[in-house]
Amino acid sequence: MVSVSLTVNGKAVTREVEDRTLLVGFLRETLGLTGTHVGCDTSQCGACVVHVDGVAVKSCTMLAAQADGCAVLTIEGLAQGDQLHPVQAAFREHHGLQCGFCTPGMIMAAVDIIRRHGPGIDETTIRHELEGNICRCTGYHNIVKAVKAAAEQSGGMAEAAE
Amino acid sequence: MYETSYKRPASLAEAAAIIAADDEAKFLAGGQTLLPTMKQRLAAPSQLVDIARLAELKGISVSSEAVTIGAAMTHYSIASSPEVQGAIPTLAKLASGIGDPQVRHRGTLGGSLANNDPSADYPAAVLALGATLVTDRREIAADDYFQGMFTTALEEGEILVRVVFPIPRKAGYSKFLNPASRYAMAGVFVATLADGAVRVAVTGAGQGGVFRATAMEEALGDNWSADAVAGIKVDPSDMLSDIHGDAAYRANLVSVMAKRAVVAAAG
Repeated sequence: MVSVSLTVNGKAVTREVEDRTLLVGFLRETLGLTGTHVGCDTSQCGACVVHVDGVAVKSCTMLAAQADGCAVLTIEGLAQGDQLHPVQAAFREHHGLQCGFCTPGMIMAAVDIIRRHGPGIDETTIRHELEGNICRCTGYHNIVKAVKAAAEQSGGMAEAAE
Repeated sequence: MYETSYKRPASLAEAAAIIAADDEAKFLAGGQTLLPTMKQRLAAPSQLVDIARLAELKGISVSSEAVTIGAAMTHYSIASSPEVQGAIPTLAKLASGIGDPQVRHRGTLGGSLANNDPSADYPAAVLALGATLVTDRREIAADDYFQGMFTTALEEGEILVRVVFPIPRKAGYSKFLNPASRYAMAGVFVATLADGAVRVAVTGAGQGGVFRATAMEEALGDNWSADAVAGIKVDPSDMLSDIHGDAAYRANLVSVMAKRAVVAAAG
């Protein structure tokens, strides 16, 4: 067993877990934060994307122990109370989802993309940047629209909300 | 994933000592290859020795002749480094095309080079630029380092510390992606080094992993143009052949990617 101490959505947590525990398992099973999804479990689909120390990572491809001492942000930590994060609001406004399974990962990836590229990001760049996130409903068109709108409307705010 | 034990040593020496005492232990850097491999139960190390945070493996520095990059630097940190972008823009661009953004935030230069996947991007840059690989024991020239698919000159427990990339006069890289995995089905790195030598390295295509295309080097040495390499074919019998592309297809891709790399070459 290994002791893991980190902050998750701003709250400090310490847990003893098996050494082989993946970060996604730690979030979902140990902490009960089931907003982060396991899709492919082979590092390809991006349903498990969370932020570790401010950058997007695939939590199925990282041990909980590797996140020791880090700040983790999950989909549950994005909204401010009842107020959706601008990227969440844009996904709702533009219907950037169909079944919704990929949505938490898409949104966490999108927040990271907007942080890195700012409000002026173009559609080609968004599509390229979403390479690590798969929507099996093939709902990409509205996802891209939502990311672009969120970038345009709230590029600066997305960063402030981190 | 089979059970394992996680260690995070505070120094290079401590990491080396843990590995030296346990034949079944493995170094863990970004984990973007090792962890998926363990999840598939294709690897079952007794211990994972996490070296990703070691200060000795961090940092990027530039001199007038070379860019030196710590082995634990991530693809993202290399791609977004103003120093790398300024000195060897093709290397920054190559790093920006590895995997996807989330993989680039975790995966490392040293992890990729120690693994030496036949379709990885960095081996082409390291070989074409004639880089030097510095370990905790010695310096290894790129020409001696790559020894076939998933095989390198690294000895048991030897740790890659940093890579010294000589700044070329110009260099270009072009790869053809497998549309599903995003790995290179053929990637060609062309470079004219500071001393005028032309080097061409091919990844993704060869059965023996990364290799130098010497006929292309000679042709580009005489005439640096896409036309010079257009007619040069690597031997298909040396190429990988699988469901994604047979050997003849890959041999053709090498010529096409070489042409594109020459066109893309920047100083």
